[in-house]
Amino acid sequence: MVSQKVKGKPVALDGDRAVAEAIRQMNPDVVAAYPITPQTEIVMRFSEFVANGEVVTEFIPVESEHAAMSACIGASAAGGRAQTATAGAGLAFMWEVLWVASGTRLPIVMHVVNRSLSAPLNIHCDHSDSMGARDAGWIQLYDETVQEAYDNAIQALRIAEHPDIMLPTLHALDGFILGHGVERLELLPDDAVRSFIGIYEPQHPLLDVDHPVTYGPMVLTDYFFEYKRQQAAAMERALEIIPQIGEEYGTFTGRYYGLMEGYRLEDAEFATIALGSTAGTIKTVVDELRDQGVKAGLLKLRCFRPFPATILAEALGDKKAIAVLDRSLSFGAQGGPLFLEVITALFTHGLSPKVLNYAYGLGGRDIVPARIHQVYKDLIEIDREGLTESSIRYLGLRE
Amino acid sequence: MAINLKEMSAAQDLLAPGHRLCAGCAESIVVRQVLHAVGQPVVVASPTGCLEVSTSPYPYTSWRVPWIHNAFENVASTISGVETMYRSLVKQGKLEDKGIKFVVFAGDGATYDIGLQFLSGALERGHKFLYVCLNNEAYMNTGIQRSSATPLGAWTTTSPVGDAVPGKRENRKDITAIVAAHDIPYVAQAAPHAWRDLMTKAQKAISADGPSFINVLVPCQRGWRHPAEETIAITKLAVETCVWPLYEVVDGEWKLNYRPSPKKPITDWLQSQGRFRHLLTPENTHIVDSLQEIVDRQWDKLLERCKA
Repeated sequence: MVSQKVKGKPVALDGDRAVAEAIRQMNPDVVAAYPITPQTEIVMRFSEFVANGEVVTEFIPVESEHAAMSACIGASAAGGRAQTATAGAGLAFMWEVLWVASGTRLPIVMHVVNRSLSAPLNIHCDHSDSMGARDAGWIQLYDETVQEAYDNAIQALRIAEHPDIMLPTLHALDGFILGHGVERLELLPDDAVRSFIGIYEPQHPLLDVDHPVTYGPMVLTDYFFEYKRQQAAAMERALEIIPQIGEEYGTFTGRYYGLMEGYRLEDAEFATIALGSTAGTIKTVVDELRDQGVKAGLLKLRCFRPFPATILAEALGDKKAIAVLDRSLSFGAQGGPLFLEVITALFTHGLSPKVLNYAYGLGGRDIVPARIHQVYKDLIEIDREGLTESSIRYLGLRE
Repeated sequence: MAINLKEMSAAQDLLAPGHRLCAGCAESIVVRQVLHAVGQPVVVASPTGCLEVSTSPYPYTSWRVPWIHNAFENVASTISGVETMYRSLVKQGKLEDKGIKFVVFAGDGATYDIGLQFLSGALERGHKFLYVCLNNEAYMNTGIQRSSATPLGAWTTTSPVGDAVPGKRENRKDITAIVAAHDIPYVAQAAPHAWRDLMTKAQKAISADGPSFINVLVPCQRGWRHPAEETIAITKLAVETCVWPLYEVVDGEWKLNYRPSPKKPITDWLQSQGRFRHLLTPENTHIVDSLQEIVDRQWDKLLERCKA
């Protein structure tokens, strides 16, 4: 553990390269990955690290994403650190084995560069991919900036490997917006990262031939339910542990992380909730509105799985009106995945403020400040005139 | 381990008795033969299938060695990950190099069909492991459905015999040749009645410097419709009729291991199993003729490849 603040090195990198740097510094025993836009640069960059001998990692250039996750499962069960990176259709292709990874309680780390799902084919950002995996038993963190992509990549490992969690963990950065967007960030010294992540002590490694274990048994009606209940309990424990790890990370980086971040939220009357890079755009708009005397605020959710319902409800309980911004659709549902979580959190905490749901940014559609201004305008309006209809609003759609 | 009955009978089986495979199933016979030949330390992987469900019903396990099951299609990727982690940890000095061997036991569905891409990828990447296909020529675990290993004319529950269609309409594909086309160090076909041949092949395969593959014919009395006690006799018949030739491909050199004399007619093979019973009627003679023609053609091609 590093207790004193270390000096970071300021650099300008895009999100993919920043994540590749984080993987290099974590120096996993095995990386198995397959290229897909907009994640490809991570695999390319990491392959260079391997070629140049900058990591000890054995890289498996697999023939598909399904094989990438399958190989990570084998590698992690064998008794070492395994990581991968993917996007969009690649994550969808892994879907079956995402459940194997979590059900087997393997602390695999995955870097997801968000991309829409076909059809029609589109390589740009939305959250359909990671939202499609939201019930697969993986911890999910979302990055607002390239710095956060780097920081969350490193913290993901500590979260996954925590003995009270032991669940695979992914963090998601918005494709192109962060993945290919160059920003200033501070890279930690290699030894600070290695000290933070420590030495991995596998609990029942498959490679311990003197103590043979059976991985992936068939479990039927007599024990399956109990297996799954333990998995759910680990997720619940993660709600306590993720902020502790975020706090520890802050002690030496100066960048503290919780489950969510409130931006001018405490005294706000009108709040938006969002994941990922859009939070940055919203912060700008909040500042502008504050200058105009509008009490606007933002709740940026960092951790979507497990969902921090209680702190979210506490933070939102006194708001006059709330907008939930979803970067994916759940066809036929009563709102986007984030909206449904927020509504449930509010209801189960006895709160019933006015809440609007916006779908936005599908297939990489730009979300510009003017659109966010429209959202706050809508919130002020429904506060004044009441909520007349509750259907999903499509932000930035050409109609 | 030396391949002789005395030593084999004295050694402990690495697959424990008490598993739930059917009486007459050849899978446990082959697994025990191969593991005897390969010896310890060994790590085994299996995809979803008969062997997996029959040996790992939690909280029990039949495996006296480390064993991993991931999913149906991806055992080749799984063992790739395990083997690569081993190399990584040994390279870093985190693990002592004990010379661990890696063996896959997979059914034909997991090998010929749903897992072919994963197998091909692992072979191309050159991971050092032995892949044993336990080929019972159909999806037996789900209840005898046709696979691309199922021969022409065979009855299965998805190639049923009806008034319009007399069993499976397509012939099986030659996965052994497909694997050999990857130019890996060792590829072979084997059968459990020829146990010394099979075990010698397992030892050659595991000693190869790279991936190796053995396709083993394993009768399924439930699916093939034969008496449980006929299993071994039936694999012998498969070899005597040239339905299942025994050969190996060592560093690209094809070598025939056994030449039946005389070569028995396909009808001997068809008569031994209920899954072919409908073919032995006058209206299906043309299918029998086709099967004989296929066997003859493939046998001649094999002889040519083996320069035998």
